[in-house]
Amino acid sequence: MKQIPRADELGLLACHACSLVVERATAPMHCPRCHTRLHGRRPASVQRSAAFLLAALVLYIPANLLPVMFTSRLGSGEASTILTGVIEFWHAGAWDIALIIFTASVAVPCSKFLVLGLLLVSAGTHSRWAQVERARLYRFVELIGYWSMLDVLVVAIVAALVQFHALSYVEPRVGILFFGMVVIFTMLSAMSFDPRLIWDTQDHDK
Amino acid sequence: MNTFRELVVCEHCDHVYRRVALQRGDVVRCSVCGAILYRAEKLSIDQRLALAVAAAVLFVLVNVCPVMQIGLGGQHNAATLWQAVLALGQGAAAPIALPAAAAAVIVPGLQIMLLLWVLSFARARRSAPGLAWCLRVLGHLRPWSMMEVCLFAALVAIVKLSGFLQVTPEPGIWAVGGLTLLIPLLTGSDVYWLWGLLNEPEETSA
Ligand SMILES: [Zn+2]
Ligand SMILES: [Zn+2]
Repeated sequence: MKQIPRADELGLLACHACSLVVERATAPMHCPRCHTRLHGRRPASVQRSAAFLLAALVLYIPANLLPVMFTSRLGSGEASTILTGVIEFWHAGAWDIALIIFTASVAVPCSKFLVLGLLLVSAGTHSRWAQVERARLYRFVELIGYWSMLDVLVVAIVAALVQFHALSYVEPRVGILFFGMVVIFTMLSAMSFDPRLIWDTQDHDK
Repeated sequence: MNTFRELVVCEHCDHVYRRVALQRGDVVRCSVCGAILYRAEKLSIDQRLALAVAAAVLFVLVNVCPVMQIGLGGQHNAATLWQAVLALGQGAAAPIALPAAAAAVIVPGLQIMLLLWVLSFARARRSAPGLAWCLRVLGHLRPWSMMEVCLFAALVAIVKLSGFLQVTPEPGIWAVGGLTLLIPLLTGSDVYWLWGLLNEPEETSA
C-alpha cells in the first residue's frame, strides 16, 4: 500500500469550516474562501477537552445522588433519582423503557467518560497503539453524545403534562440540572478534542 | 495564498487525498481512519428547498400543536414542546430550561431559517448575502439540534404515563417525527457543496 501523505507534512492546512485546502504560512491566517481563522490543530485541544471532562465527572455525582423529579399522587409525594426511575420501570415490567433510560443516562455518559479519558491519555503520550480503533471510538462518542439529553426532555414533558393540582402533579428537581450540565460538558469535551492528535505520533508543539 | 480545490484533507486524521468525481449516492471514506471525506449530493437544490419549506411548516406546527394529551378523572392536559421546556423553568433546576429550549426548538428553528435563506439564493445560482456566516453557524448548530431526542422523549413519556393516566398522542408528535427525518437530511455533511458558491480569490494553483 502506498504511503498517504499528511497535510501537516506537505505544509498544507484545511479550513475546518469550509474544508478548503490552503498552503500553510507562519503568520496567523484566515481562510481565503470563508475568512475563518485557520489553525493546524484545535488550539489547546487536550487541556480544554480534559477540563470539560473533569467538570462533567464531578457534576455526574450530584446528578446521580440528587432527585431529578418529584411526583405527587393524591397528597403523597415521592422524589426519584435517575436510578430509582430506571428501577421503577423495571419492576413495573416496562423493561424496554428501563433499558432505554439506563442506556441514555448511565451507559452513554459512563462510556463517554471512559472513551474520552482513554483518548486524552493516549493522545498526550503520542501513542501508536490501536489508532484506527481509537479514531472509530471518537466518532462513536461524537455520534451518541447528545442522546443523553433524553432524560432531561422526558422530565420536561412529564412535568408539563402532569399538572392536576391536588390530584397529581410532577415537578423537576435540581438533579436534572446537574445531569443536563454533564451532557453539555461531555459534548464540549468531545468537540474540543482534536481527533488528528491520535495520528500525531511525533511531538507537535509548533 | 495558494489554494488547492482538487485536494481534500481528512478532518479526523489529516491525511490528504485527491478529489474524484462522484456518482449520485457515492460516499468517499478515508482509507486510513475510515471517516467520511465527502459525499455526493443526494438531492437537487429544488428538492432541498421544497423539503426546507416542508420543514418550516412542520416547525410552525411543533410550536403551536400539543405533542400529547393526558387525562385523569375527567380533567385533561396537553403540552407543546415549548410548555415542556417552560415546565423545566420552575424551581431549582430552572437554568436547564435554556439549553433544553435551544436543543428542542430554537436550534432546529434557526437551522431551518438559515437553510431557507441560503437555498433560495442557491436556486438562482447566487450566493446569499452572509453565506459564509450562515454556513459557519449551520456547522456550529448541528451537534446541538435534538429533534430526534425530543421524539424519543415523547415516546418514553407516553409509556411512562400510560401506567396511571389516559395518554393520547396529538398532532404535534407527527410534526416532531417529520422534523426528525428532515433536519438530519437537510443539514447533513453534504451541504458542503454550498461553500462552492462563495466567491473566491482568483489565484489558484496545483
Ligand atoms: Zn474556509
Ligand atoms: Zn482519516
